Amino acid sequence: MATSLIDADSLLVIDVGSVSTRAILFDVVDGRYRFVAAGTVPSTAGAPYCNISEGVRMAIDRLQNVTGRIMVGADEKLITPTASDGSGVDKFAACISAGNPLKVIAVGLLEDVSLESARHLATSTYARVMQTISLNDRRRPDARINTIIRLRPDLIIVAGGTENGASQSVLKLIEPVGLASYLLPEDCRPDVLYVGNQALKDDVQSSLEELTNVYFAPNIRPTLELEQLDAAQSQLAGIFARIRSRQISGVDELNNWTNGAMISTAAAFGRMIRFLSKAHTTRKGVLGIDVGASATTIAAAFDGDLSLSVYTQLGLGRSLADLLEHLPLHEITRWLSVDVPDEYVREYALNKSIYPASLPATEADMAVEQALARQVMYVASRTAAKSFSSRNGSSDEGLLPWMEPIVATGSVLSKAPNLAQAVLMLLDGLQPTGVTTLVLDQNHIAPALGAAAAVSPVLAVQILDSNSFLHLATVISPVGKAQPGTPILRLKIIYESGHETSLEVKQGSLEVLPLPYGQTGRIQLQPLHRFDVGMGAPGRGGGLRVTGGTFGVIIDARGRPLTLLEDRSRRQEQFKNWLWTLGGR
Amino acid sequence: MLAPIIHILPFTVIRRERILPGMGKVLVRAGQRVSSLDVIAEANLRPEYLLLNVARGLGLTPERADQFIQCQAGDHLAEGDMVAGPVGMARRVVRSPSDGQVILVGSGQILIEVASKPFQLKAGIPGEVVELIADRGATVETTGALVQGVWGNGHIDFGVMVVLAKSPDHLLTPDQLDVSMRGSIVLAARCEDPEVFKSAEELPLRGLILASMSASIAPIAARMQIPVIILEGFGHSPMNTAAFKLLTTNERREVALNAEPWDPYSETRPEIIIPMPGSERLSLPQETGTFTPDQQVRVLRTPHAGEIGVILGIKGSVTFPSGLKAQAADIRLESGRMAVIPLANLEVLA
Repeated sequence: MATSLIDADSLLVIDVGSVSTRAILFDVVDGRYRFVAAGTVPSTAGAPYCNISEGVRMAIDRLQNVTGRIMVGADEKLITPTASDGSGVDKFAACISAGNPLKVIAVGLLEDVSLESARHLATSTYARVMQTISLNDRRRPDARINTIIRLRPDLIIVAGGTENGASQSVLKLIEPVGLASYLLPEDCRPDVLYVGNQALKDDVQSSLEELTNVYFAPNIRPTLELEQLDAAQSQLAGIFARIRSRQISGVDELNNWTNGAMISTAAAFGRMIRFLSKAHTTRKGVLGIDVGASATTIAAAFDGDLSLSVYTQLGLGRSLADLLEHLPLHEITRWLSVDVPDEYVREYALNKSIYPASLPATEADMAVEQALARQVMYVASRTAAKSFSSRNGSSDEGLLPWMEPIVATGSVLSKAPNLAQAVLMLLDGLQPTGVTTLVLDQNHIAPALGAAAAVSPVLAVQILDSNSFLHLATVISPVGKAQPGTPILRLKIIYESGHETSLEVKQGSLEVLPLPYGQTGRIQLQPLHRFDVGMGAPGRGGGLRVTGGTFGVIIDARGRPLTLLEDRSRRQEQFKNWLWTLGGR
Repeated sequence: MLAPIIHILPFTVIRRERILPGMGKVLVRAGQRVSSLDVIAEANLRPEYLLLNVARGLGLTPERADQFIQCQAGDHLAEGDMVAGPVGMARRVVRSPSDGQVILVGSGQILIEVASKPFQLKAGIPGEVVELIADRGATVETTGALVQGVWGNGHIDFGVMVVLAKSPDHLLTPDQLDVSMRGSIVLAARCEDPEVFKSAEELPLRGLILASMSASIAPIAARMQIPVIILEGFGHSPMNTAAFKLLTTNERREVALNAEPWDPYSETRPEIIIPMPGSERLSLPQETGTFTPDQQVRVLRTPHAGEIGVILGIKGSVTFPSGLKAQAADIRLESGRMAVIPLANLEVLA
């Protein structure tokens, strides 16, 4: 049911996570959409409930208690549209991230062309690519069949063949998919998403449609040079919801409430970032990061072109046990601000994977939690940046390209003991370059806005302009090489009052210039020693208008990439100093 | 707030659904008594297939090769059976490389399902089959003691329990395992030495129950071929007193160890079951609930990890030494000490 929200008044969004289920209410206040309140409860997707409905009901109950507004009737059905007594809501949307990652097999012709694109596509949702099959695969055809049968994937993504390109070799690759589907019990057959040469759609359909669910999306590699994932990502977001409907009770019902429009939380978050990039007129990309229990999601959009990466191995919940196998421990412990043994960090990660909803109650546990968060942000952003850094042709290899704003969400950030800790985690984990603004989604509503944006882009834009998101700071991070202590940037800020402050920034320093929330100022930047602040070329300066945030203007001249001290105790002292600089502890 | 529940029960009714991940054959009947190692159902979950390229073997086009195929779908084959040919002067033939069954024939190819040992689903707990689940498995019910764990390495076994743990924080070392324990399930508390696992497998033991283990030896425990269950978590936590008392008072009894990994989405959790006959009518243990005063709880995380206590009252938002604000409860720990613990770090004993 396609409906417009422009005339509607209220919107309820349900976000079902692996740890928490949220019911979020948006409504029109003074002619503009506002975030009203959220009700958060533990998710009930897993045992003993094994049905998300209980959590959804309780989250709505919590929201009703907070707002005093009745949204569900005595018949347990959503009251819609809003009744004359103020009960009910006009529209409804939902997104989900709960559940184990989808098991995916990627099939493509060439390893570094279509197969790579199929992998990129799988990364845009909560999935793990368990195996790949390609033309260069030396396994016998029956070995490929056996692989599919052994892994019992939830989904097989088939790519390959440029438009008007290869056809017979693509059909040959599909043969084991069809045979394996035929051989698997009906309730275990994988869905198939075909994103290859569009000339073969009919052939693919006829060979697979009687065996399993086959979905089609435009070719993700229409030419050897071009990767085009957008339409396929959209299709995959829907497939994800349908597979979840089969796997977890209650999802189907929730999806029905949305008239089949429920999508993954990551896709919803990506959609929100894409809207934001369209609304921003800078040449930079917009970056979103969601550090969740089930995954860390990086969404980067460049003038409406979205790159979405979901790293299920980098969640701060159950996947932490796997994280230890993928990341060297010293890359995590380097971020520790207190002295704890390496073994304690391992134990923390394993115990958190057992109890993903548990909280760090001691100073040491919080330090480990935040060290883990820094490293997952670092790895996720660097991995994702490989696929989007070329789009705006800026910044050095291995660094985050120029991005503004950076929108961050996730409990480890929004529930940090103080905002200084959240800011420092973001600066350390993401290491932004040039000039950017850091925005914190305190209420974890960004995915909900994306879910709602399918029916109302207006809502997303208006909420983003409201105070529902916390503008943490404008951050200036010069990029270049110099010895610590070398002056690398001259900066002057002119406040609305006309008052001016000048500063010479030295390499290795972290500085904060106060600029109260909502106030504006004009900043003049003059990089030295060919340092680059993203104004067109190394050494080039200029002026820009900035708006005050919680931390005013932060000049992060600690170096890109950030190099930490080798000595453990001196490094920990340094972390404390940086935190004090930001006013935290 | 919803409360997670852990069962540490001296006597209860335990009902577990045991189902295959796919369709298969159920091998038990309703009312049948089973041991934890009895096979409930079996299925060829991971069949191996062979695709014979007959056309290539005979040197013919696929269409022509089809005319020489000597078997059809459903046929059972023994290794060496001729499946196609003979062709030409050389009387070329294609033979089955192994025992199996023909699944598909055509386009110059034969697809054979190779005969293989089926996956066997064990009962996991000793008891009575109370319900059959068509083509998938059965529900088994028993009475006895139940202790749930937090981590398991995926194996199932059954044996007499030998108690090595003299105290809840007893440290297990390899020299404590000797030949007198062969074939038994050993109850210890903490483990830090990977050599323990080597000794346990060499004897062999039938299982190992631990309170906690060092994180660094977890990968070795995961690879063990005997069941290993962790009750508290990773690190140096002693065994909670409720589990310690219950298990140590059942020394020399037969226990069933189901060390399936804890996965809330597939509803599996490592468990220790000590079967005991019971005539009284029992209700199933509580599985869901909310935090309320007077509940007995177990602390999940530091500080006080593994300690048992009683909720005195639910508080609002409290700031913890980590700086975190969270809803909490006043807890009187067994030691008599008072503590304020986040609700998220508690589970209810029920």
